[in-house]
Amino acid sequence: MKMLFYPGCSMQRTARPYLDSLLAIREAIGLELEDVSDWNCCGATEYMSVHRIAAHALVGRNLALASRQAEGTDTLTAGCSACYLNLAKTDQQMREDPRLRTTVNEALAAGGLSYEPGSLKVRHLLDVVCNDVGYEAVKAQVVRPLYGLKLAPYYGCQVVRPDPDSRWDDREQPVAMDRLLRALGAEVVDYTLKTQCCGGHMTVIGPEIAYGLIRRLVHGAAAAGADAIVTLCPMCQLNLDAYQVEMNKFFKTDYAVPVLYFTQLMGLAFGRSPAELGIGKEFIAAAPALARIQDEPPPAVEAKKKRRPRAEDGLPMPRMG
Amino acid sequence: MSVAPPVSAADSVPAGATFLQEVMAATPGKSRLNMCIQCGTCGGSCPSGPEMEHTPRRLFAMIKEGLRDQVLRSNAPWLCVSCYFCTVRCPQQIHITDVMYTLKGMAINAKLYRDHSPPDFSKTFVDYVEHYGRSFELGLATRFNLRHHPLSLPNMAPMGLGMLKRGRMDLVPHRIDGMAQLTRILERAKALEATS
Repeated sequence: MKMLFYPGCSMQRTARPYLDSLLAIREAIGLELEDVSDWNCCGATEYMSVHRIAAHALVGRNLALASRQAEGTDTLTAGCSACYLNLAKTDQQMREDPRLRTTVNEALAAGGLSYEPGSLKVRHLLDVVCNDVGYEAVKAQVVRPLYGLKLAPYYGCQVVRPDPDSRWDDREQPVAMDRLLRALGAEVVDYTLKTQCCGGHMTVIGPEIAYGLIRRLVHGAAAAGADAIVTLCPMCQLNLDAYQVEMNKFFKTDYAVPVLYFTQLMGLAFGRSPAELGIGKEFIAAAPALARIQDEPPPAVEAKKKRRPRAEDGLPMPRMG
Repeated sequence: MSVAPPVSAADSVPAGATFLQEVMAATPGKSRLNMCIQCGTCGGSCPSGPEMEHTPRRLFAMIKEGLRDQVLRSNAPWLCVSCYFCTVRCPQQIHITDVMYTLKGMAINAKLYRDHSPPDFSKTFVDYVEHYGRSFELGLATRFNLRHHPLSLPNMAPMGLGMLKRGRMDLVPHRIDGMAQLTRILERAKALEATS
């Protein structure tokens, strides 16, 4: 399955383990990724705060380069939430707003480029893995199931919201990654905070607000019994991992929940070595949690037989008949 | 007074336009801001709502009333974390997060923000993108913190060193090949932004 790939600045460095683990598993899941050549920064959540329209031209250059390069595919995928959303939003808003389409193309013309909105399908990597590769194809590659490992699937914000092209099952309680992790043999804990905010850029400009949000997410995962949090975004990983240390200092707590990328867990289940997947580069070491992986699946817990509700279970209600 | 550019599916801003029309025109796409019914779902969904001087609901009422300076001085847009909870929950489908971006840009143009640190962070980020075509974490964090939180630097040093040790941070920025092309595109876009 061939597609164009927009790596983004974070995956080059701060989220290098994300890129390395993706490269390690792409063949197994039949993904042929071609980098958009000479791509530029997507502007994150900052460029558009300063230059409202030029921000779309910034993203427009990437879309234009990608569409010029597109041969045998019209899919452009990104692993970072902010990169994905900026690409998808510029494409969607250029479709929706003819004036913006004209302005962005006039700006692109200054660089000899142009972009026809809608000509590319912008997709997040998790979407591609879950919906194009599919859970069965992933399962078929598993040689070392993650039996006994309890994982909290954390989606963050910008992949499932605002979801300009309606690609997700739910914008607040999605289950796509839950199913993926189960296909790897892991146990998925009930993590209702799965799409709450990690603090985004607040770790830098308003740390007190960010630390509160990080504590809530880390505490929620720990309370649900998770061995690790699983993420799909470089910013979420950085905030929950590196800033977990700062958050602990701030609140005088001692949480130690490792934060890994879903691609790293896929790699482990596919039998790749932790080093090859960039495991060990996290601030909160994942090794102790990964040591809990069992050779055999945990004994199935027999489902409790459902009891027919009795009249005294609920509040007094008028009854029919 | 500099007015953010009218680029939207809506009509361009006529002379004597209200502040509401001005904000809507400056927001790409269809913001639907005029559809607000003051239900407050936005503020109740906001992770940084409790720290905001005005919740989005209140801010939108102020926009309708034309309280331009008070709106652009509010800390609310700067505390927006772009989580889009308000946007997907809004019963009127108002693009609330997008409006927050517009208000930030207008506040910068009108120089009405009070806390310099969030706009400076955005501007420092923009600066790296416009010089190299890529972001540069080490430079961004160092430049921003030296200026705004110099006392926090010793505390943050272990994290920076930890990032370097783990090969998760570059010492020098990477410049894209098409920097001249990108510069021409951005300059043209800004010129169009200013004149449209």
